[in-house]
Amino acid sequence: MSVQSQFRNFAIVAHIDHGKSTLADRLLELCGAVETRDMRAQYLDSMDIERERGITIKAQNVRLKWGDHILHLIDTPGHVDFSYEVSRSLAACEGALLLVDASQGIEAQTLANCFSALEANLTIVAALNKIDLPAAEPEKRAAEIEKVLGIPADEILRISAKTGDGVPALLDAIVERVPPPTGDPDSPLQALIFDSSYDTYRGVVSSLRVFNGTLVSGSSLRYVNANALHDAEEVGVRSPEPVAVSALGPGEVGYLIAGIKAVGEAKVGETVTTAANSGTALEGYIDPKPMVFCGLYPVDGDEYVELREALAKLRLNDSSFTYEPETSGALGFGFRCGFLGLLHMEIIRERLEREYGLSLVATAPNVEYRAYLTSGGSEVVDNPSVLPPSNQIDRIEEPFVDVTVLTPIEYVGAVMELAQQRRGEQTRIEYISEERVELVYTIPLAEIVSDFFDQLKSRTRGYASLDYEPAGYRVANLVKVDVLLNSVAVDAFSTIVHRDKAYEYGRKMTEKLSELIPRQLFDVPIQAAISGRIIARQTVKARRKDVIAKCYGGDVSRKRKLLERQKEGKKRMKQIGRVEVPQEAFVAALTLDS
Amino acid sequence: MIEASVVHASNPVTEFGVYVHIPFCSHRCDYCDFATWTDRSELQSVYVAACIADLRRRVERGSVPLASSVFFGGGTPSLLPPTDLMAILAEIPLADGAEVTVECNPDSIDRAGFDVYLAGGVNRLSFGVQSLDPQVLVGLGRTHNPENVTRVVAAARTAGFTNFNLDLIYGTPSESREQWAATVHGALELESPHLSMYALTVEPGTPMGARVREGAPGPDDDDQAAKYEAADEIVSAAGMNWYEISNWSRPGFECRHNLLHWATGNYLAIGCAAHGHDYGRRYWNLRTPERYIAAIKNGESPESGAETLDAATRRDEEFALALRTRFGASAEGIDPLVVSEMTAAGLLHTEPALDATNARLILSRRGRLLATEVTVRLLAENSAGTRYDGVLIDFGKEPTSARGQDIGLRSSTR
Repeated sequence: MSVQSQFRNFAIVAHIDHGKSTLADRLLELCGAVETRDMRAQYLDSMDIERERGITIKAQNVRLKWGDHILHLIDTPGHVDFSYEVSRSLAACEGALLLVDASQGIEAQTLANCFSALEANLTIVAALNKIDLPAAEPEKRAAEIEKVLGIPADEILRISAKTGDGVPALLDAIVERVPPPTGDPDSPLQALIFDSSYDTYRGVVSSLRVFNGTLVSGSSLRYVNANALHDAEEVGVRSPEPVAVSALGPGEVGYLIAGIKAVGEAKVGETVTTAANSGTALEGYIDPKPMVFCGLYPVDGDEYVELREALAKLRLNDSSFTYEPETSGALGFGFRCGFLGLLHMEIIRERLEREYGLSLVATAPNVEYRAYLTSGGSEVVDNPSVLPPSNQIDRIEEPFVDVTVLTPIEYVGAVMELAQQRRGEQTRIEYISEERVELVYTIPLAEIVSDFFDQLKSRTRGYASLDYEPAGYRVANLVKVDVLLNSVAVDAFSTIVHRDKAYEYGRKMTEKLSELIPRQLFDVPIQAAISGRIIARQTVKARRKDVIAKCYGGDVSRKRKLLERQKEGKKRMKQIGRVEVPQEAFVAALTLDS
Repeated sequence: MIEASVVHASNPVTEFGVYVHIPFCSHRCDYCDFATWTDRSELQSVYVAACIADLRRRVERGSVPLASSVFFGGGTPSLLPPTDLMAILAEIPLADGAEVTVECNPDSIDRAGFDVYLAGGVNRLSFGVQSLDPQVLVGLGRTHNPENVTRVVAAARTAGFTNFNLDLIYGTPSESREQWAATVHGALELESPHLSMYALTVEPGTPMGARVREGAPGPDDDDQAAKYEAADEIVSAAGMNWYEISNWSRPGFECRHNLLHWATGNYLAIGCAAHGHDYGRRYWNLRTPERYIAAIKNGESPESGAETLDAATRRDEEFALALRTRFGASAEGIDPLVVSEMTAAGLLHTEPALDATNARLILSRRGRLLATEVTVRLLAENSAGTRYDGVLIDFGKEPTSARGQDIGLRSSTR
């Protein structure tokens, strides 16, 4: 077993596309962990979605040998949705490698994660990447980093992860600057789980970092927060292929398989100790709560059972999303699902469709509201259609977030305009260099959840970056807008919005639906209403003619087939009151840009 | 109420029809997707011979009952030399008082032709008029001059024809409501005892279909509905009755051959692309004249396809066709709730049947225009629960209790 002074545990903090995965690939090569012939791009990103989108979703770790030292690299997710996972990964480290694109400069996400690392007392080793590119401006970017984060510019390394230039020096700097772990081998076992994933054959495989004591293969373990006992079936390290070891000592990072069937029983942030020990939980454990919700429905109602099974399987792998059955008059049987954020929502939906072959329709995402009732009680509302009637509500609170935007100076006006449109209150503005500005706003999360990110990207031509963190609940002037089809509310389109935006939503939705809903035997009013008061209206005029006039030359078969097709079409119709609506119309209304 | 003395629905057991398709035209109209050719006049005499051979073979086999109606449709039957057409007719065994109709293009027939027809046994003519407005005719790609219609109708009358029909088409995109009303009034002035008025339908694969696909305006349902209602108003005021969605006549001038179709009667198909029906077996002949001729020459069957309907489908078909007529469809087995909904919506009314069995469901004017929807609703929700569910049940043989179980089974899967 190696001694602690040889270990260096570090994470990489980087914005998307700043070269984190490429650097990880170079480190694997330089340290001889992967034979050149086995090398593939984004080696540590194992999911298809990660490779295609160029993002990291699951934290990964790998053990590298550099000279006499053993480095544990922990590759963390880089998105605001997974900030809790990032914080646990950082907690498993003594140092963080801040990787910044030498032409783009520091971004909001990097900044947020870097502050988290500083708060966790991690040593930061900063490096500017992609110095081989003509657009690289390492001097300017180094000055920015010094100004914003206080890291002296002359300590910032210059590398090209692509060519490998400067990477050996970076490894040396990590060894020199990041302190070794200082765990007590004689204390009771204390290990932190910073990632868990589900393997069909082996059950849950957890990544963990031992702080004190020794994790011995075959021993009995206690999961402190879950208060559950499991046996250590296998303990090992990834280099990067898994290698079983007999034990992991203080300061070591590796994996643990303990016969657990669902990641929910081995959550990120969990503390593992020996069964005999009552154990003290490591600080910082929380159970992250979903912040964004939507209904997921199979496009084909027959796929409901498949969807339920797919959700159950996926949850074995990701305990941070929630689902419970719900029924919609418009969409049939489905599930109300909760996610950490929009990206998380997209990923889950995409995995359901891709890995389980389902075709899904999602209702517009919403946040979780707190409705305080005049009766004195309160309700948590994650589905706008079940908000109690307005006369029973004293006030509604909605979640707010502190949003940090980093943008080139020429787009400051555009960002401010967007933030104001989204009910944002500016709390800070800072010029981090001559050309880049940091803006901080407090904004209702619901405004971010609609299409804030897309708008920000388009208004700043992709140059601005965004990060946010929860800022608590606040009272807001919110109303529920219902969409009525022939006086019957269509649950899938009910929404909770700020009073000032209710009319716009109502107008848009009624117009959209009036184009999509086929004409019926009678006039169908499509209305938007706040507590029964109509704020917008469209009418689908009654159909007047559908008959095939001619019955040519005794060709009755043709006419009958038309009737049969018509009848088949009817089977796919959803009945909303007296109105028949094809499922496709609802799907189209929900998928069209809202 | 229907006046029993005037007309009955066709009796599908005693009536028998023969349809002869003549697939030749001098010019193809822009909206037409029928089986017809403008470039094969050299085939005409061979084709006539094939039709005769086909008929002879069947008659010799003893499979052709006496026909109560014969219909020469097309294409343009009047394009054939009248003696050729009469040679075909001569092969068809006719019942006493049989109705014999020939479709005529106003441009391709004259007094001499009418004389031959009359002598050969033809007693009904159907003229493809479509419109009496020159501008609308151009929009339809028709050749004839409206004045020819007046002339040819007068010639037919002089020859001795009293029973004839004018085909009209409404709802061409450029046609104004006034132009359409003028055509209807013009047709009434010609004192035709029968009118067929069809909504223009754009079919893919026609010149008009191509124009609409490229963005030219197509017919509008609302416009056509308004024109239908206006026409029904005008001709009713002039003493004509609707007896099928697209057909009106003076009392006693209903087309017997059409009635047979709508009563799911039997009819024989002669000629290419013709459709026939024989007790639940629907069949259709080879589409081109060449293939039809070849099949007959080789002693093969000219059929290109057929379907045999199960009892449930036959009942549905019978219901759907009957509902298109003024005699209505039997309410037996139809969910009374849907009937009252449709009645309340003004789409339907019920009448006690003449033979005092079941009430009959009869479409209102508005209901006729929405016949597809009304039919589907009445059939889809019917209380026997067996229609359109793809479950084959022989109605007459199932005990009532078994039908009851069927309802439970199906409603649980809906």
